Amino acid sequence: MTKHSILPKTRISKRHRELLRALLYISPAAAIILVFRVLPIVAAFGVSFYYVMMGKIVGFAGLSQYLMLLSDSEFWNALLNTTYFVVGTVPVSLFLSLFIAVLLNQKIRALGLYRTIYFLPVVTSLVAVAIVWKWIFHPRLGLFNSFLDAIGLNPLMWLEEPRGVFALLASRMGIELPAWMGGPSLALVAITITNLWRGIGYNIVIFLAGLQNIPNEYYEAARIDGANRFQTFWRITWPLISPTTFYVVIMTTIVSFQVFTLVYLMTGSPVGGPLGTTKVLVYYIFEKGFESGGDMGYASCVALVLFVIVLGLTLIQRRLIERRVHYY
Amino acid sequence: MILPFIWMVSTSLKTPQETFIPPDFFHLRPTWIPDKVVFSNYVQAWSEVPFPRYFLNTIFIALCTVSGVLITSCLAAYAFAKFDFPGRETLFVFFLSMMIVPQAVYLVPSFIILSKLGWVDTYLALIVPWLAQIFSIFLLRQQFRTIPNDYYDAALIDGCSRMGFLWRVLVPLSKPTLVTIGLFSLLGSWNTFIWPLIMTNSDKLRPIQVGLSYFAQEQGTEYGLMMAAATFCVAPIIIIYFIAQKQVIESYARSGIKG
Repeated sequence: MTKHSILPKTRISKRHRELLRALLYISPAAAIILVFRVLPIVAAFGVSFYYVMMGKIVGFAGLSQYLMLLSDSEFWNALLNTTYFVVGTVPVSLFLSLFIAVLLNQKIRALGLYRTIYFLPVVTSLVAVAIVWKWIFHPRLGLFNSFLDAIGLNPLMWLEEPRGVFALLASRMGIELPAWMGGPSLALVAITITNLWRGIGYNIVIFLAGLQNIPNEYYEAARIDGANRFQTFWRITWPLISPTTFYVVIMTTIVSFQVFTLVYLMTGSPVGGPLGTTKVLVYYIFEKGFESGGDMGYASCVALVLFVIVLGLTLIQRRLIERRVHYY
Repeated sequence: MILPFIWMVSTSLKTPQETFIPPDFFHLRPTWIPDKVVFSNYVQAWSEVPFPRYFLNTIFIALCTVSGVLITSCLAAYAFAKFDFPGRETLFVFFLSMMIVPQAVYLVPSFIILSKLGWVDTYLALIVPWLAQIFSIFLLRQQFRTIPNDYYDAALIDGCSRMGFLWRVLVPLSKPTLVTIGLFSLLGSWNTFIWPLIMTNSDKLRPIQVGLSYFAQEQGTEYGLMMAAATFCVAPIIIIYFIAQKQVIESYARSGIKG
């Protein structure tokens, strides 16, 4: 009788002890995550409903700051520039990194050396990258223009060029494009090129890891069946690498939406120039929250819009990966 | 791919007069190899602003962060991998979900929180928020789970304490993952920029990247000086990369597949 009454009791207290012990082990990490991740995120929501000036709350705003966003041309400009940057980065990075990864995967000599070189910019600090590339794009003394000059093309203004690249191309052919068709400014394209150079090595390494998971027998079978390289790529590599491709596309998109350092250090002054054509979302948040008047409520509104975009992309990634076809 | 690095180093070795000659892309001299190699840019950049101080700041912050991250991640990952307690999965998924929040979202409120704590413009602001990394906990938990529970049960029966099992069995068996976490954490603290830019304003606290950015902004047209500073700021991490490049690249590859 006594045995029966004791057993469940000890089991409960054992479970409690296990819980307490677990919480003890987790607490150092949990405390930091709660104070410096969870709390700030909750606070960002909270602050976005208040008017803030110089870091002090001055009144309740409700949703009015979100409504202000809708008619804030600077916000829309930043969103457009960020979108240009993302659209310029993702497909090019995907194409180049997959192409290089497939080449490197052909059991070539010195694979390690190539991989090391392509990956080098990934570990280099963005600050140094920005400083060096600003120098490369220098209109008079830079490498890029010396290259254009050497192959007989006109030099460009690069980071100081506010005109859109499509407008520039069209004007060389003597066509005048309407303003909305001008495309991203050459300055923004220069930043995109820098970002591509810096990030491509990471995607190559991810693709190489994915390619090495494809069983060699498939390629042998294809070779025996007389498939050429092109067919082999489209019929075997491309479908089998698709989960990696999704990952690369979504990760590159999410990271690109958060571009800041390159813009902050390569443009200016004022930052975001020329003529605001390189002002991106995170810089706009920084400018509103810390530079001009400490309007942290409004800055949080913009930050949450960015969050919604990133969250949406993550959910899409989940969906696609869950639905992906398992070929092997 | 490496032309920008060569261009950086070659500019850093040029006299100011030479940097003002428009380069000729296909001529080795003076575009790629300076006519007159000088090291004065390095000497001047190193002494003009307190770069030694910035280096020490970064090394100090990196050491604290890396050791802190390793300890907090081991403890938390151990509990998530081996302890059986109610709410384990829920709590873990909740932590993971924090990873997708962009830094821009918590930047502004973090600044408010740190100023309420009185930590703005102190080392605490640069170290404490980074002492736990969710991704590291995730990687380590995956690794700990590959070690069979039988070991755990056997060790406990043999009188090994739970703490003892973590340090004597799990940690020695998980060295590659711990190296990965350490490397990410080290690279992260060496290259971090936005956070210290916002959370500090006094010169003596500046870590290397913030110091470099201010230095570059103040130089105007002294490109030789700028490139010299950029070179010695990336050199340590590039040296570490060349020594441990296999581990670095494999770490990134692994994180991508699992993430």
